[in-house]
Parts: sequence; structure tokens; C-alpha cells
Amino acid sequence: MSTTYLEAIREGLWEEMERDPNVFLLGEDIGAYGGAFKVTAGLFERFGARRVVDTPISEAAIVGAAIGAALMGLRPVAEMQFADFITCGFDQIVNFAAKCRYRWNASVPMVVRAPSGGGVHGGPFHSQNPEMWFVRTPGLKVVAPATAYDAKGLIKSAIRDNDPVLFFEHKALYRRIKEDLPTEEYTVPIGKAKVVREGTDLTIVTYGAMVWVALEAAGTLAEEGASVEVVDLRTLLPLDRETVCESVKKTSKVLLLHEDTRTGGMAGELAASISESVFEYLDGPIVRVSAPDTPVPYSPPLEDAFLPNAEKVVEKARWLFRY
Amino acid sequence: MSAADLAHNCLYYMSLMREVEDRIERKLYRQGKIVGGVYVGRGQEAIPVGTALVAEPGDVLFPSHRDMAVFLIRGVTPGRILAQYMGRAGGVTGGRDANMHMGDLNHNIVSIISALAATVPVAAGAALALRYQGKNGVVFSYFGEGSTSRGDWHEGVNFATVQKLPVVFLCNNNQYAYSTPLSLQMACANVADRGPAYNMPAEIVDGNDVLAVYEATRRAVEYARAGNGPYLLECKTFRMTGHSAHDAAHYVPKDLFEEWGKLDPITRFEARMLAEGWGTQTEIDELRAAVHREVDEGVAWAEQSPYPDPATLLDGVYESS
Repeated sequence: MSTTYLEAIREGLWEEMERDPNVFLLGEDIGAYGGAFKVTAGLFERFGARRVVDTPISEAAIVGAAIGAALMGLRPVAEMQFADFITCGFDQIVNFAAKCRYRWNASVPMVVRAPSGGGVHGGPFHSQNPEMWFVRTPGLKVVAPATAYDAKGLIKSAIRDNDPVLFFEHKALYRRIKEDLPTEEYTVPIGKAKVVREGTDLTIVTYGAMVWVALEAAGTLAEEGASVEVVDLRTLLPLDRETVCESVKKTSKVLLLHEDTRTGGMAGELAASISESVFEYLDGPIVRVSAPDTPVPYSPPLEDAFLPNAEKVVEKARWLFRY
Repeated sequence: MSAADLAHNCLYYMSLMREVEDRIERKLYRQGKIVGGVYVGRGQEAIPVGTALVAEPGDVLFPSHRDMAVFLIRGVTPGRILAQYMGRAGGVTGGRDANMHMGDLNHNIVSIISALAATVPVAAGAALALRYQGKNGVVFSYFGEGSTSRGDWHEGVNFATVQKLPVVFLCNNNQYAYSTPLSLQMACANVADRGPAYNMPAEIVDGNDVLAVYEATRRAVEYARAGNGPYLLECKTFRMTGHSAHDAAHYVPKDLFEEWGKLDPITRFEARMLAEGWGTQTEIDELRAAVHREVDEGVAWAEQSPYPDPATLLDGVYESS
């Protein structure tokens, strides 16, 4: 039976709560209501109010309480209703959670789930991709799965991890993608990228919903005779530079793709790493496709213009092939 | 514990905190042996002492930067604290962080961060965990009145009261947030006035009377441990220094220092001990000499502690690194 990306996250949470009594959830409207997106539907009925804690609208309290519980040996999974609201818990994440181990050797085995991304006509405050605010904070781990398989495997790994993990789940993927998942238990390691399509002429490095855009573009380019490799980062921090560079060594061309805005996006860090490590393998410039440096607009024609898509990727790839 | 033993403990820890901090601020800092900021709780010692002496081993404490005695009472040695200030490997954080930015879960003490009110929701979460785990512990959440202007203070208190968590909120109201006086910090007269908004009992106590703090803390902790929810205790005191060692506090009217100087919690308590017959002048003199020796030894220990090895710079960002 096919499992959606959203159901995969729920299954991961469910299995970890069955496995480990220290795992509990907290967040806004996650209990009887089942969460704004229904990711936690059914968990309240199964595990009760002690382990599925409805909170006030209070992101600093949600994240702060998760930190406190984690310091005491529990494994809290906090839900931000939208990733956009994570700003209200920012200090708790970047100054408190991220620095505990380095400063005073204290483990904060906490997960913050954050539904992120555009393409759902959510407007400026329900569509953002705030991952890079955290990717440049040492002490955090940041994951952003693209598939149902990875979503389930990574949420399970995040819960078992002894460091604070931010789990960016893409809203546009929640019900749009589904796949058959293994019946036996599995996890997906944090910190490992994956080559999701093999190719020889161009590497596209991306993550999250843009993996599907990259694959669509790769299909179009294949019809034109170009063999495109797609690397799904899966984890943004710590970054698997090795897999990226190995792919670039093979293809000698690289296109960096993200839905996040341009300046300070993941592409900049990847471009620097590629340039430092495998410059001599490149036979063209490192190119980027990303959202422009604007807030995420609401109206469909504006949002469509804002978001990267397969046509924009194909166009940039053709330019690179002509270079 | 007999009244005399309790009194001895109170005087010992107040004196030890005073002596460690005097040594830090008035000697080591001026000698250039402490390169970072120095924040002391001179004149406020009755608050960490009167509260932390109530704590059971399973209680979890979140001291602020003016609560050094919490560490001393929990068994963190003066030497480790002095080494912490001096950035040495033997310090509580091994040179990773400065001054009172330290914690040790072996002693059930959680470290502050600089944005002090940030610990309040974390304290609520620790209390949630204690209840979740079926433990009978209480969380001691310390902060100054300045923290109560912050949103995360209110979020933490609100969550704790909604969930009826076992937390005692311990405010040292020393009347200044850096240079900002109370009148520019809040429109209500007392931090305790914030309690009713959260349906939380709130009590005001003389923060310069260690036994009054001790008794009030016992009431607060008993209330919280019994499962009634949080309790707010406002300890009125005065910051007898600047915000930090580099701040001469010219903005504080001189007569306030004079007035509050007469209420010094240590000299006041010594007089009380003699009057109550809990100790003799000779015993007090001996205690003071012993504290002096203990801090001498702590300074010597800290000064021989090496600086951290730069080769360890990258260690411990993550569990595996």
C-alpha cells in the first residue's frame, strides 16, 4: 500500500513512540485536532495527553520546554505549525539548544519539525524556506527529506540522535508524493546525501521539493541527449560535501538548485566547497537556480514566477551545455 | 537540621560566595587574570543561599549570573569556578564559556545563556520532564526583575502554569537592569504583581534576610512539589555594584547604596546569629578565616590549571565530534 510523505512522517513518529517511552510530542493543535496538517492525527488517541502535549501559541515555550525536557533525558519532538513561525523560537534554538554541548557538554536530543516551503499559495508567512538561518549555526543538525522513504527514515534517526535536529518537511510534498515503504523497520542516516539519478554530463545538487523539479528537468534533458545526475542532499547540516564533489568529478558540470532565496542560500556554500575541492574537474561555471531575493508572494502568477521549476532548470542547463 | 546548623550553613555559603566574588572582581580581574566580563551578586547572597539550601538532590536548578552560591551549595568547588572565570581547562566549561555561564547536570544545574529569560521556558520543560518521569523533583528557576520584561519569561511562566508544573520562580529584584531602573522596566510596583495574571501564588520576601528567603522558599517548594503548580517568589534586594566590573554605576543615587549597605545580608545575619545564640563571635571569626583559606586554595588551584589546548577547538560541537 502506498504511503504519502505526510503518512511516512506520522509512521516514523508512531514507531519511535512505540519503541521508546521517552519520546513525546509537543506543539500547537497537535492533540485531538491532529495538527494543522494532520501529521499527528491518531497519536493523541493512541498515546494520550501525557505524550502528545497541546501547547499555547507560544513557540519560545514550545522549543524551550523541549530543550528542558531533552536535558532531563527525554526525547521531545516539537512541532512548529509552520516553519515560518520558527523565528519566535529562534533564540531558544540557536543560542540555547545549539550551544549546550559545546559550552557545557550537555546533550539536547530534541527534534523540531517545521513544515516549510512554497507552492501552496500560503503567502509570505506560510511558505518560507528558513533552513539556512540554522545551517550556519554549529551544533544543530538540519535535515530536509524529499521522499516518503527518507522522511520516515530521517525522522526516526532525528529522534534517536543525541543532538538537536531541525526537520524541515515540505508542505507541497505532504500529499502529492507517495511510494511503497518497506514493511520492516529502517532508518536513514543523517549526514548522507544520495544520488537519486545517475548521469555523466551534468550534476544537479538540490534537496526537498526541488528534487522532483530536478528529476523532471533531467527527464527533459535526457530527451535532448544529456545525461544528468541528481544529488539529493537530504541533510543540510552536517553537509555531505564528499558525495557532491564525487559527482562533480564525474560530470564536470554542476547546477545548484534550491527553492530558498538566492543570497546566502545553500548554493553559495556548495559552490565554495566545489571550487575549493574539485575546481580542476570543472569545465564550466558553477551555476545556480533558486528563488529570487524577495519575500514569497501569494498570488499564483507571482508565486509561480518566484519558485524554481523544471523549465528554469532546463534553460540554465542548456546554457551551461553551450558554454 | 538544628537552627544553629542551618545558621552556620547560611553564613558559610554567603561568606564563601562573597569571598570568591570579591577575589574575582577586586583582585583577579584587576590583575588582568580574567579577560572577560565579571558579574557579581554582592549584597544579594541571601537569595541563592536561602533558596538552594532548600533544594533536594533531585531538584533541578537554573541559577542566574548573580547566584554563585547555588553552585557552591551543590558541591562545585571555588577552584573550578575561579578557573571558569580565568578561562582555564579546569573550569566548569573548560574554557568554552565565561563567568557564570556554566552548568553541570551531575549536580542538576542547568546553564544560563546571556539572554537570561531564555532559561524560563527551559525550566518549565525540565519540570515537565520530572513529572513525566514520575519523579518528585521541583525546578528552581532564577531570574532578575529585568527578565520579566521579556516575552520568553511570560511564555515560560504561562506554559508552566497552564500545565501546573512543579516550578518555583525565584526573582531577585535588585532594582536595576543594567542601568535601567524599575520605573522604566515595568508599570507594576512588584514582580509579584505579575503572579495573579497567571493564577499563580506570588509572595514578596526580604531578599536580604536569608532565613526569610529560606522559609518562603520552603513554602513555595512544598506547594510546587505537592502538584499545585508554580509559585512565584520575589526577593527584594539591591544590586550593590554596577551591572558588571566595568560599570561604576554612576547612574545609581549614592544614598541608595548607603541605605541598602546597612541591610547587608551577611553583617545582618552575623548580628542575628549572635543575638539568637546560634554562634559566638569566635566561631564567626573562625568561619571567616576558613572561608578565606578555602578561597586561597581555590585561587591557587585555578592558577595552576592549564589553559585549554587549541587542538580541542573543534571537539564537542556534536556528540560524535
